[in-house]
Amino acid sequence: MQANRGAYRGARRAAENSAASVNWQLTTDFWSGIAGARDALEAICLSLGAIVVALLLFGGFVALDGKNPLAVYSVLYLGAFGTRFSIEGTLTQASPIILTALCTALPARVGLLVIGGEGALVLGGLCAVLTGVAVAKAPAFIGTLVALLGGTCAGALWIASVGALKRLRGVNETITSLLLNYIAIALFNHLISGPIRDFSITLKAQSWSVPQAFGIGAIPGWSVHWGLVIGVCACIALFVVIRHTTLGFSMDVLGGNRRAAQVAGLPIGRLVILACAIGGGAAGLAGAIEVLAVHGAASESLIVGFGYTGILVAFLARQNPLAIVPVALLVGGISASGGLLQRRFDMPDATTQVLQGLIFLCVLASNALAGRFRWFAR
Amino acid sequence: MIPASGIGWYGVALAIVGGALRVSTPYLFVSLGEVLTERSGRVNLGLEGTLLMGAMSGFAIGSMSGSPWLGVLGAAATGALMGLLHAGICNLPRVNDIAVGIALFIFGIGLAFYLGKPFIAPRAAMLPALSLAAWSSEPAVRAAFEISPLLLIGIVLAIVLQWAIFNTRFGLFLRMAGESADAARALGRSVNAIRTIATTVGGAFAGVGGAFLSLYYPGNWNEGLSSGQGLMAIALVIFARWSPLRCLWASLLFGGASALGPALQTVGVTSGYYLYSAAPYVLTLALLIYSSSTRHTLAGAPSELSISR
Repeated sequence: MQANRGAYRGARRAAENSAASVNWQLTTDFWSGIAGARDALEAICLSLGAIVVALLLFGGFVALDGKNPLAVYSVLYLGAFGTRFSIEGTLTQASPIILTALCTALPARVGLLVIGGEGALVLGGLCAVLTGVAVAKAPAFIGTLVALLGGTCAGALWIASVGALKRLRGVNETITSLLLNYIAIALFNHLISGPIRDFSITLKAQSWSVPQAFGIGAIPGWSVHWGLVIGVCACIALFVVIRHTTLGFSMDVLGGNRRAAQVAGLPIGRLVILACAIGGGAAGLAGAIEVLAVHGAASESLIVGFGYTGILVAFLARQNPLAIVPVALLVGGISASGGLLQRRFDMPDATTQVLQGLIFLCVLASNALAGRFRWFAR
Repeated sequence: MIPASGIGWYGVALAIVGGALRVSTPYLFVSLGEVLTERSGRVNLGLEGTLLMGAMSGFAIGSMSGSPWLGVLGAAATGALMGLLHAGICNLPRVNDIAVGIALFIFGIGLAFYLGKPFIAPRAAMLPALSLAAWSSEPAVRAAFEISPLLLIGIVLAIVLQWAIFNTRFGLFLRMAGESADAARALGRSVNAIRTIATTVGGAFAGVGGAFLSLYYPGNWNEGLSSGQGLMAIALVIFARWSPLRCLWASLLFGGASALGPALQTVGVTSGYYLYSAAPYVLTLALLIYSSSTRHTLAGAPSELSISR
């Protein structure tokens, strides 16, 4: 494989030029040199430009609603990054989003548009409870590990089935993952409202609690749980895999140009299913972490749309695992400032969702400008 | 829910029929809109957002003007605007229509909840109901066979669309844009223009579907109004193999399936409530797995469609 890299480079470059927006990616490879760096710079500039345009549109929108846009911006900043308290809120929000974004970003590397992060997260949380309760007598560290592993496996299997159905039966992965979201949530609601419900809690349907000892604590000195570190490590690890291993390289060849992957004799089926499994595993892990670090049990409060926000983050990061971290902090910050906006301006909690939607639309529209600026040309 | 006590299991069947007639209307409108859009070669995955925007604007206009029919018109206009937004962004080069749909889904829901916040409390004038069962003295039967005039409009619309897609000039160009964009271009037609019209009109249909939710059944505006009908419609269109008339039957089937859980609850079967609510999704997934193949695209799928490649 190593020797063939030069031969693949042409195919890869051609593939990247023709690839649809799903796979429009940064090329910061060491062998791409200056050209790659300029590509990366263009991607970053376009994304930042899109965010600025979205913020301007949002300002216009709140101005129409009779609010002072500058005051809204400053509260937005204050609620996201202004104080230590709000930074902690932002980091807590960002930690599941980092992982659910991987659920869209990894399959996108092999050319699949998977939107099943929500379902994988919910099932991950569910299985963390089941496995955690099953090994209740185990030492704390082992129990935490087993519960995390249980959640990860559940998510991985769930999304791997999406990839498998695509390969074996040609079922469209976007539709499958969308349907599986609803099926996962129905399964989740069924189990927590009956078979595994903790009937001592009457106010809301909640599952049995994971033994307290298995909980994930806070990073010393911060009120942010260790899940954030796990998410960041996962992103860095996957970035290294994609950039510097033959496996990641094969994935990019497949995502950029299927025909080239076929000609090179790559195991397409295995790559597709593996990419889906890794992505789903990340989302499942997010669910497990939310249960172990925040809720302690599985309940409705796990279904708050982290999976859908993850899709936004993955697209904003152009499906690049390393870029997911800063983007998730930004988007998490917007979500975290919702409460402050609500208190200060009496704005509905959907305000932050409007802004996120605007950013998503602007980022997608900005793809049309890629390659239009002379300055970024190779 | 229709009380089934006293008439037992017969009541379950009745509730499912009633549910099919009642719950199917939003499915019907959204899926007709999606058929029109997909026939032109694009997928609009954001119809859930359009549906909620339609529900919100329909309710708002209905409660402010006092006329529910004005609300329906307003919902259609809002839906058309959302469709136009989707088409406008997709007309740009290198933009993925499915991704734009997901973005509009997030944006539409957010915007509907933002703008609809002041309207959560008041009630608007509701659309009238037509009873098909004046012959029966049983109130449960009467209630089950009460239908909305919007359902009748939807049925007419399905028939007209079926005719128009296969028998008119515009229908021909619509299918051409969906089957082969190059052929349409060769005839000097603007593919983007055809798709813009189809997506805009499709959005208007979805908006009317939303107005049904807020102005007839369940007949109020709140944030839990839609249970994913807009997203389900995408699957429903595949189920109906891109035919408006088959959308009608599929909507009735999905409506009946959605009514299964609540209907069983009325006779005391409460254990699997959530599992029954997943029935339409499982049904669609099973059908998709059954009818898909790696060797050919789905029967009836427009070949320019990104989900059929």
